[in-house]
Amino acid sequence: MKFILERPVKKVPTLRGITVANLFFEPSTRTLNSFVVAERTLSADTINISKSFSSVAKGETLLDTARNIEAMMVNMVVIRHSVPGAPHYLAKRINSSIINAGDGAHEHPTQALLDLLTIREKFGRIKGLNVSIIGDIIHSRVARSLTLGLKKMGANVVLCAPPPMLPEWFLQYGVELTYRLPEAIKDSDIIYTLRIQTEREAESFIPSIREYRKFYTINYGNLKKYAKEGIIIMHPGPVNRGVELTPDVADGPWSLILNQVTNGIAIRMAILYLLSGRKEE
Amino acid sequence: MRRKLLMTPKEIKNSLERIAFEIKEREDIKKLCIIGIRNRGDILGKRIKEIFMKETKVSIPVGVIDITLYRDDFTTLGPKPLIGSSEIPCKIEGKTIILVDDVLYTGRTTRAALDEIIDFGRPEKISLCILVDRGGREFPICPDYIGRKVEVGDNDIVEVHLKEIDKDEGVFIVKRGGKH
Repeated sequence: MKFILERPVKKVPTLRGITVANLFFEPSTRTLNSFVVAERTLSADTINISKSFSSVAKGETLLDTARNIEAMMVNMVVIRHSVPGAPHYLAKRINSSIINAGDGAHEHPTQALLDLLTIREKFGRIKGLNVSIIGDIIHSRVARSLTLGLKKMGANVVLCAPPPMLPEWFLQYGVELTYRLPEAIKDSDIIYTLRIQTEREAESFIPSIREYRKFYTINYGNLKKYAKEGIIIMHPGPVNRGVELTPDVADGPWSLILNQVTNGIAIRMAILYLLSGRKEE
Repeated sequence: MRRKLLMTPKEIKNSLERIAFEIKEREDIKKLCIIGIRNRGDILGKRIKEIFMKETKVSIPVGVIDITLYRDDFTTLGPKPLIGSSEIPCKIEGKTIILVDDVLYTGRTTRAALDEIIDFGRPEKISLCILVDRGGREFPICPDYIGRKVEVGDNDIVEVHLKEIDKDEGVFIVKRGGKH
C-alpha cells in the first residue's frame, strides 16, 4: 500500500462510497490523522468525533453514540477509548467493522503492526532480532501489542523499566525483564522507547521524573558506551524530549521515528482495505 | 472439466512478433512505454520489449500495474485479494502507452487500468494490446492490437499459461461443467 503514497495522485478509488467514523475519546495526533490520511487516500468519506465536541460531553453512553453514528449509514468505526475492551464491547453490539485505535492501557494493534513493518523494512526480517522496550511498560498499550507481535514473529524481547512499571506477568509472553538500562541496551538491535503516561497517573509509580531521567533516559553517552553498531531507535510518539530520549538521539541517523509515522498510513490503509466490503456469510 | 488448446507456444510467439511489428508500423517508437496488467500482462509486455530490442535495438520502458484497488466490484467481493505494487518506470506525460493484458472479456479490467494510468499523469495516447479477445464486452472498449480473436461462451474460461509463472505454456479454453 505504501507505493500509493509515492504517486503524483495519492488517491485510489477503492473505498469510494464507504463512510468511516473516527471516534476518538482520547487525545491523539498521529493515530487520528494517520487514519484520516489512510481513509482519504482510499477515497473513503470520514467523520471525526471527539469527546469534548460531541454529546459524550452531555452524558451519552458509548453504545448510544455508536448506534447513532451507525444510523448515519457509517460502514466502519475506528475507535480510541480510555476503557480497555471498549472496541470489543462495540464490535459485539453493532454491525459496522470496528478498528481498535488504542483502548486504555490494553492494546494498540495498528501501532504494533506499523512497528513490525518498519522493523522488517529496515532489517528484512523480524525473526531473531533483539528488541528492548524501555519505559512506562505497565501503562503502555503499545508495549503489550508490540510484545505480542514481536514474539509471534520470532524476535527476542527485553522489557526494561523501574520496578513499579515492570509487571511480572509479562513473563508469560516469554520475554526477559530487567531494571538496568545498560543490560537492555547491550546486544539489542532495536531500542523501543515509551513515554511516561502522565495521563494515567504514571508519575506516582516512580519517585520523580528527575530520577527516571538519571537511570532510564537514552542519551548519546549511554548509546556510545553500551550499544552495538547499527542500533536502531524507535518511539511510538509523542516524544517527551529529555525524558525517554535526548533530542540528539531522537533526531540521529539511527532514529526510525518518522518512518514509523509514514508506515502507519500504509498499515492503516491495508487494514481498512481488508475490513471493508461485504461481511462473510 | 475439459480443456481445449487454443494457442500453442509457437503461436503465442508469432502473435507477439506480429503485434510488435504492427506497433512499430503505427506508433512513434520514441514515445512508447509498455504497461502490463498483473499477473500476465506484464510478462507479455516484457516479451514485446525483448522483440523490439532484437529488431530495432531500442529499449522501451516496461511498467506494471495492479488494478485491484480500482475494481468496480470491490465492495461485493468476499475475501480481499492480495495487492501487488504498481511500478511505472518513466514519466508518462506525452507518452504513447501500450496497455497489455492477456485476455479481454468484459472490459472492466481495462476500464480500471485506464483510471489507474491517468492517476500517474496525462499520456498522449493509450492503445490496448491483447493476446486473446474472447468477446462478451460489457463496456465500450475496443483493442488496438489483438493476438487471436475467438468467441467463447459465458460458461467457459480462457486460460493463458506462460512459462515464467506457470508450469506450461499455451492458451486453453476450459469448459466448465453445468448447463452446457
